[in-house]
Amino acid sequence: MSTSIHVSAGQVAATLALVALAAAVSFWRKADLERDIGIAALRSFIQLTAIGYVIKLIFEADTLALVFALLAVMVVFGALTARSRAKKVPDAFWPLLVALAVAGASTLGLVVALGVFEATARYLVPVGGMVIGNAMTASAVALNRLGDEMADSRERIEATLALGATAQEAAAPTVRRALRSGMITLVDSTKTTGLIFFPGTMVGMLLAGANPTDAVRLQLILLYTLLGSVAIAALVATTLAYRNFFTAAQQLREMDAEAPA
Amino acid sequence: MLFELRDVSLVRGGRRVLDSVGADIPEGATAVVGPSGAGKSTLLRLLNRLADPDSGSISYRGRPLDSYDPLALRRRVALVPQLPALLEGTVGSNLAYAAQLAGKRSDAGRCLRLAGLDPGFAGRDVAKLSVGERQRAMLGRALAQEPEVLLLDEPTSALDHEARDAIEATLADLRRELEISIVLVSHDPEQARRLGEWVVRMEDGRVAECGPLAEVLA
Repeated sequence: MSTSIHVSAGQVAATLALVALAAAVSFWRKADLERDIGIAALRSFIQLTAIGYVIKLIFEADTLALVFALLAVMVVFGALTARSRAKKVPDAFWPLLVALAVAGASTLGLVVALGVFEATARYLVPVGGMVIGNAMTASAVALNRLGDEMADSRERIEATLALGATAQEAAAPTVRRALRSGMITLVDSTKTTGLIFFPGTMVGMLLAGANPTDAVRLQLILLYTLLGSVAIAALVATTLAYRNFFTAAQQLREMDAEAPA
Repeated sequence: MLFELRDVSLVRGGRRVLDSVGADIPEGATAVVGPSGAGKSTLLRLLNRLADPDSGSISYRGRPLDSYDPLALRRRVALVPQLPALLEGTVGSNLAYAAQLAGKRSDAGRCLRLAGLDPGFAGRDVAKLSVGERQRAMLGRALAQEPEVLLLDEPTSALDHEARDAIEATLADLRRELEISIVLVSHDPEQARRLGEWVVRMEDGRVAECGPLAEVLA
């Protein structure tokens, strides 16, 4: 699997033509996205270049301490980003932080323990980045749905509490739907992979000149790993976050009074 | 005394919803009346600890309410909310769930009859019921727990006159057959006259009057 190609800065610059095309479409159809497209192109350039240097440094140092430091930073930024998409969930940061940390640690630990990847920077950094990124999206979607569902099902949840059900029992249908919505996107895209779209890793490997069989196998490993991490992240995030809607006396918190956090 | 409230206050969203409320609620049928926004529903929710007051004390049958486990209390003091909010599934599965929580054997047919519904409703999907039928299914579900007290929040506000009269007749029958205590919130003084023996009249988060029906709503 050790293929390597050289990509020149000129080649990257040439693809800016397509960014210009996107901006032109936006301008022509008055989609008002030209500015955002410009910012996106610039930010991706700066962020990826910076992380490229960081990864180069970590690969050269090849110490696990640096790898874990980078993954920890990713987990914190992932939790902060996901929190902004789960505004209706009180104190969503901590459930998200724990969810991303547990999902990252357990899936990486497992693939290393199963002998799929070596515990070196070269494998842990890219796989960890994908795992945490997908876990972030899944837990953000799950908590976003949880917040909406808790607001919509308030009457039903309180009526169930009024029967003497615990908060966990009263929120169970809501938590189940939130968990499902966090996982469904990846499950669906995994079903159609290879038919409707080629996933990124496989495309990258094919472009880099790898044998298609190797490219497919690595892609399968990553897809299966992501399924596991997404499930863990959505499970941990929803299991921790629903509690924030209730008091210790199994009462539904007044959200309107406490919402602006 | 069934419930005793002393100096009970509650602030929600910066508004004083209950302001130094003091009231005695005896065994029997009590109507809590007053205009909307007077704090009636909030008061009712305090009685089975769906919420706790910020200050003041409430006791149930002589014992402080906060010394009861909230879950155990709610199975003895059942609250039927204003808007019907059943769980997905059939009427029967809702009744069975409530009975199981209270550790009771559910006689769904009897509970439905008491709530004024034909026992055949047990197999009906809750999504296909009318509002009146849902309200009755909520009442039947509460009865499946064999509670000591029924707290009813505007049980007929969403119903037409005919359905309202039928629910009121059902509640009167329940009082006779089960000798259960009822605390009923209503914005309608006429309903309080028909169903209450004791009346708590609220205004602006305060108790304006509290006493026997004949004295308060003379």
